[in-house]
Amino acid sequence: MNIDITIAIIITMVGASTPLLLAALGELVVEKSGVLNLGIEGMMLTGAVVGFAVTFNTGNPWLGIGAAALAGVMVSMLFAVLTLSLASNQVATGLALTIFGTGFSALFGQAYTGKPIALFDSVFPETLTEDRFLRVFFDYSPLVYFSFLMTFLVWWFLQKTRAGLILRAVGENDHSAHSMGYSVTGVRYGAVAFGGAMAGIAGACFPLLLTPQWVEGLTGGRGWIALALVVFAAWRPGRLLAGAYLFGLIATMELYAKAAGGAFRILPSELWASLPYLATIVVLVLISLRRTKNSGAPACLGKPFMPNN
Amino acid sequence: MQENERPRLQVRGISKQFPGVLANDRVSFSVAPGEIHALLGENGAGKSTLVKMIYGIMQPDEGEMFWNGQPLLVSNPKAARSRGIGMVFQHFSLFEALSVLENIALGMDGSLSMGELEKKVREVMQDYGLMLDPGRVVSSLSVGERQRIEIVRALLLKPELLIMDEPTSVLTPQEVTQLFETLRKLASEGCSILYISHKLHEIKELCDTATILRGGKVVGECNPAEETSKSMAEMMIGGSLKEISRGEDGALGDVLLKVNGLSLGRNHDFGTALADISFEVRRGEIFGVAGVAGNGQNELLEAMSGEMPAPREDAIILHGRPMGLLGPNQRRKAGLCCVPEERNGHAAIGDFSLSDNAVLTARHRKGLVKSGMVQGRAAEKYTREIISRFSVMATGPMAQAGSLSGGNLQKFIMGREILQVPEVLVVSQPTWGVDAGAAAFIHQALVDMAQAGSAIVVISQDLDELLALCETISVINEGKLSRAMPIKGVSVEELGLLMGGIHGTEETGERDRVENGAEKNGSGGIKEGKADAVQA
Repeated sequence: MNIDITIAIIITMVGASTPLLLAALGELVVEKSGVLNLGIEGMMLTGAVVGFAVTFNTGNPWLGIGAAALAGVMVSMLFAVLTLSLASNQVATGLALTIFGTGFSALFGQAYTGKPIALFDSVFPETLTEDRFLRVFFDYSPLVYFSFLMTFLVWWFLQKTRAGLILRAVGENDHSAHSMGYSVTGVRYGAVAFGGAMAGIAGACFPLLLTPQWVEGLTGGRGWIALALVVFAAWRPGRLLAGAYLFGLIATMELYAKAAGGAFRILPSELWASLPYLATIVVLVLISLRRTKNSGAPACLGKPFMPNN
Repeated sequence: MQENERPRLQVRGISKQFPGVLANDRVSFSVAPGEIHALLGENGAGKSTLVKMIYGIMQPDEGEMFWNGQPLLVSNPKAARSRGIGMVFQHFSLFEALSVLENIALGMDGSLSMGELEKKVREVMQDYGLMLDPGRVVSSLSVGERQRIEIVRALLLKPELLIMDEPTSVLTPQEVTQLFETLRKLASEGCSILYISHKLHEIKELCDTATILRGGKVVGECNPAEETSKSMAEMMIGGSLKEISRGEDGALGDVLLKVNGLSLGRNHDFGTALADISFEVRRGEIFGVAGVAGNGQNELLEAMSGEMPAPREDAIILHGRPMGLLGPNQRRKAGLCCVPEERNGHAAIGDFSLSDNAVLTARHRKGLVKSGMVQGRAAEKYTREIISRFSVMATGPMAQAGSLSGGNLQKFIMGREILQVPEVLVVSQPTWGVDAGAAAFIHQALVDMAQAGSAIVVISQDLDELLALCETISVINEGKLSRAMPIKGVSVEELGLLMGGIHGTEETGERDRVENGAEKNGSGGIKEGKADAVQA
């Protein structure tokens, strides 16, 4: 395999990994607070369509990203009101959110089918982005660097700040946290909103980073992979980064297996597409084989909390 | 303690009404600086309500409190802490997956950085001999070590009054001694301590004064050193305490239960392996298994009940019949019944009615299921019988098990098994967290059952209980069972040493236990649902 193809694969992989990483980081924070939001795919699609529409109409991708984040937050608040304030079932509500987002983006996106949008300007000068080798480091959208920054910030927030400690405490033992005077519902609202913003941005990555036009259902189930990724990473941001790139690489191989041929035809593309899920199952089996009590999963994950019972 | 000194805390005429109950009825008492003051009373006597009002969790309806002579108003625990009132709860509110230091930080107001906090924590631990590594994750700690976290958390606020709610219920005798040293040191520095307990000998050993509550009222105040345990118990119960009555010390009958070199691997990371356990229990005998939580008690119970079948058929023999490979239902049918420690979720399903819970374990021996159909009426009748014979306070057979108080649910569960008249009954922690009246009732029921010809195994961490009940006692430590000793002539010190580990010194015992990853008993840990045991 020659060096140019390798570099091309790396660059495709980084692109494919970025939305996965962003969405999974958001979900990691949500789950650490004890909430399971299965609606990532729906929030991503909403973010994608809103991000596309705003960028198309204003010509400014930054505004598009901001609007996508906001749209993600708004949809996630729908989920938060239902599950946190009204204590509805988180699994069912999350699935409903995904169905909603799919329908909403399809309807709203119809008007934009086939239209092109402006992309981000490169952050680095051309000497770096067009260099045959250096472009591996510099020829990316700002969203890619943003995802690295967020990985670090999420780790730092959860491990080093008091607010992060409280968030973990809420996910670990909601009743104790409540009795210590922390607002379980308040913390969870915040976490779900963050997850919504990240999923919205992750969704906007598809038109603004990968394919600069509107295609219905363009996220192609990556929201589910992000969900699997959180489990795969045992709720740790560092492993999440590694996992996102592994899954991104697999997604790239799938793409190349479909388009090119030859060397990439080791496995059919459908099998490549299923690899992230298979890998997650393998990791789950490995975790339970280790017989450790602590898989990293927050103890109160998915349990509704009502202060008075 | 000087008589004319202004009291640290004075409570005057406090009343608190709950729907249907007057939980505190004009309660008055005072605590002097540096005094260790006991609050003694049965469950439901109003002790918890009283201290919750002092700590600001609840507000009194009537009456007033004074703090160093000034009126004291505490609207919430935070206000109480800022006044210098600290509390160590019976059920720890700890976060299993977080470290000791993180747990302590969550209980603080956050004005200190983690580094500064760690320094202060180490200082407090040093000063009061509460050794603990701040970096350890709580799920790997023993119950005694968990309690130390709560104590350190309270001490960091430099309290002038420390409230301890039933602090020794899960500690070894050595850990209790250590705790008492800490408390005495605190008191000698001027901190007042409000000590809630029903263990009379501890109150005699530790406390300067005792206020005795019954039915929400103060019924007496005394100097525990001048009273006998019996006289205090009688004040507490409001009548003479029935000693456990036994018939003639009849000779024991034939061997009903024989356990033969039972070994089992660990079933999970925090479990304990059972190593070559052998003992015999005869008809009419109560056999006690003492030991600190997490030394294989849960595993032993699961091995006896059949939840974890033994590797060999003849490892467990019930009246000549090998049981080792059978599951829980077959063992029950054969006459081997078990009551696990965890009432809610293991011994009973909280969301089910009492009647349904009765069906779950008594269906074969009581014929509550016929050709696959639950005999609703028979089940209800049996449940009514349990409720009346064991004085269970419940609205009826349809009451949800989870709605009963701990003591009442335990009486129900014990009743459910005892009325099935099994040949062998194995019970774990029969009176854990149960008030003195209910405990006495359960003890009497066990003794009566033994005298009627059953063999009973009691696994308990409460040495007093075992010493009062059993004919024979042995100690489980790290999954090994000591030799069986007749209860007469055995000393608490000897048992304590065995509980701490055969190495003799407490320190090694402690460390070994921790390395074993002691699984905690109910108090702090989150138990995995074991409902399948009763369903099986």
